[in-house]
Amino acid sequence: MARFAIRRQHRGPLDYAGRWSLRLWVAGVMLFLYLPLASLVLFSFNNAKRTIRWEGFTLDWYAKMAGDDALISAFANSLTIAAISTLLSVVLGAMAAIALWRFRFPGKGAFDGVITLPIVVPEICMGVAMMVFFGTIAPWPRDLVWPFDLGAITIAHVTFSFPFVTVVVRARLASFNREMEEAARDLGASELRALRDVLLPHIRPALVSGALLAFTLSLDDFVITFFTAGPNTVTFPVKVYSMVRFSVTPEVNAASSVLMAITIALTLIGVRLQGTAIARTESP
Amino acid sequence: MMLIRFDHVTKRFGSFVAVDDVSLDIAAGEFFALLGPSGCGKTTLLRMLAGLETPSQGRILIDGVDMAGVPPNRRPVNMVFQSYAVFPHMSVADNVAYGLKIDRVARPERDARVAEALALVKLGEFARRRPDQLSGGQRQRVALARALVKRPKVLLLDEPLSALDAKLREAMRGELAAIQREVGVTFVMVTHDQDEALAMAGRCALMDQGRLQQVASPGDLYEYPANRFVADFIGTINLFEGTLSADRTAITTPALDAPIHLAKPVPAAPDATVWVGIRPEKITMTPAPAPRAAANMASGSIVTSAYLGAVTLYDIRTPSGTLIKVTAANAQRSASPALPAGTHVWLQWEPDAPVVLPG
Repeated sequence: MARFAIRRQHRGPLDYAGRWSLRLWVAGVMLFLYLPLASLVLFSFNNAKRTIRWEGFTLDWYAKMAGDDALISAFANSLTIAAISTLLSVVLGAMAAIALWRFRFPGKGAFDGVITLPIVVPEICMGVAMMVFFGTIAPWPRDLVWPFDLGAITIAHVTFSFPFVTVVVRARLASFNREMEEAARDLGASELRALRDVLLPHIRPALVSGALLAFTLSLDDFVITFFTAGPNTVTFPVKVYSMVRFSVTPEVNAASSVLMAITIALTLIGVRLQGTAIARTESP
Repeated sequence: MMLIRFDHVTKRFGSFVAVDDVSLDIAAGEFFALLGPSGCGKTTLLRMLAGLETPSQGRILIDGVDMAGVPPNRRPVNMVFQSYAVFPHMSVADNVAYGLKIDRVARPERDARVAEALALVKLGEFARRRPDQLSGGQRQRVALARALVKRPKVLLLDEPLSALDAKLREAMRGELAAIQREVGVTFVMVTHDQDEALAMAGRCALMDQGRLQQVASPGDLYEYPANRFVADFIGTINLFEGTLSADRTAITTPALDAPIHLAKPVPAAPDATVWVGIRPEKITMTPAPAPRAAANMASGSIVTSAYLGAVTLYDIRTPSGTLIKVTAANAQRSASPALPAGTHVWLQWEPDAPVVLPG
């Protein structure tokens, strides 16, 4: 008993990894989380149509996907919407965060409360609201040239993604030392210049992670987009949904794998950028 | 020559009066300290000078120009902030060059002035470093160089030494004073640390609750305090309330058995209620009665002692129960420099030692 007690005391934090029960638990979690994704990618290379048996390696489905004009245009639509809505969300979200942090103005409390509403409102409600709004109240012209025909979807995406940017930027602003801004002013900077030279570098990591959030939210949104998309403005998730309704072909697998690869790559880039940005702006 | 003039300046935050009707002149080339307990309004006064706060009432003039409506970036003052506020994403040299870049100073002149400012604060070799690679003291020097490189008429320092450790603080005291003499710029420093103010400044303003209590040289502030607050805030003092005698040269106080004799008559009405203060180091303490009678004498026994190295501070209780603080210099080396508690001692002080303050 005494020896056992001593051994327990000396167990370091990494020693727990040696316990078989813990290893089993971790393996179970990994399996549960990632097996579906792994099988999706795996079967995108499967040389068979509509089967869950492995028939051999092929890139045919990727080739087929690349030749599917409807899928490619849906993909282009998705990326375009994501890019534009991310840009707008970051600008709007950061401005809202700075306004809420920096200024006092009438209706600030109400603004503060309402701004996070799109995060908590169920997507289906947002979707219906957008459909009604762009359908009857302020109809978005359907026959505009690309990419202006994507306007309604883009606006809808900005609506639900910019609050996330605001939340992230505000959290970052809390650690900003106001004396930095005052020092810049004292050294001759105008209010705008002080904001640009001192505040912006400080919140840059939050802008990066906010942009990343906005981009992925836009890229994989289905519900809200489904209600605002027209026949000519199909996005990738909506297109995949319509393909799946007929049959789950490995082509869907291939397309999903590409989307996944893009998202993972962007996340890695974002995390990298964020890491160096924080290291450079941290007040010592 | 007057460089800065506060003309009946008041600053209110809501119903709180941070600065209450302050009028103050600061001359060019002075090292001036704004001293007082926290919340006394000294920092607000400094921030109004920098343009970071706007006076509710009154005027601030710098070099004869009314600063009302002049934003901080257009004032001939620069500030060293309490947190130093060194820009973390810029190198030391870029930090110092920042103000000159905004002023569009040409590259060769800018580089020369940055090098000169860094040399002044002895940071020449650190120009390419990032602020997170510097110690607290070095970051403060960056802030100092960054402000001085703009050649301001006034340099403002907000609690410049409070974030440094004790040894560095003492070294920086001398260095800041030396830099001020070298560049000849008017320094206005805010501090809550009286030692800092007395050691560095040529003149100090002591503030309390938004009001100026006294503006004087460090010596005058210590030896000739204007009121009880000043006497009590600066250093240690024994304060007794008493009544002035008919000939105005002695004060009877219930705290002591014998009246306190003064060197010269006090300019106050006979029988006026006054306060009298005696600094602990101006009282001589002996373990035996002095052979020669002095003007002022008392006796008592030691209650506690605090050994401070150079001096020992004693609390002595008189038979009537009054506590008197006395310091004794430890001029001789001794293994037991403090007298034990309970020792009976005799105290005496010269008639010019007490300072008489209005009641």
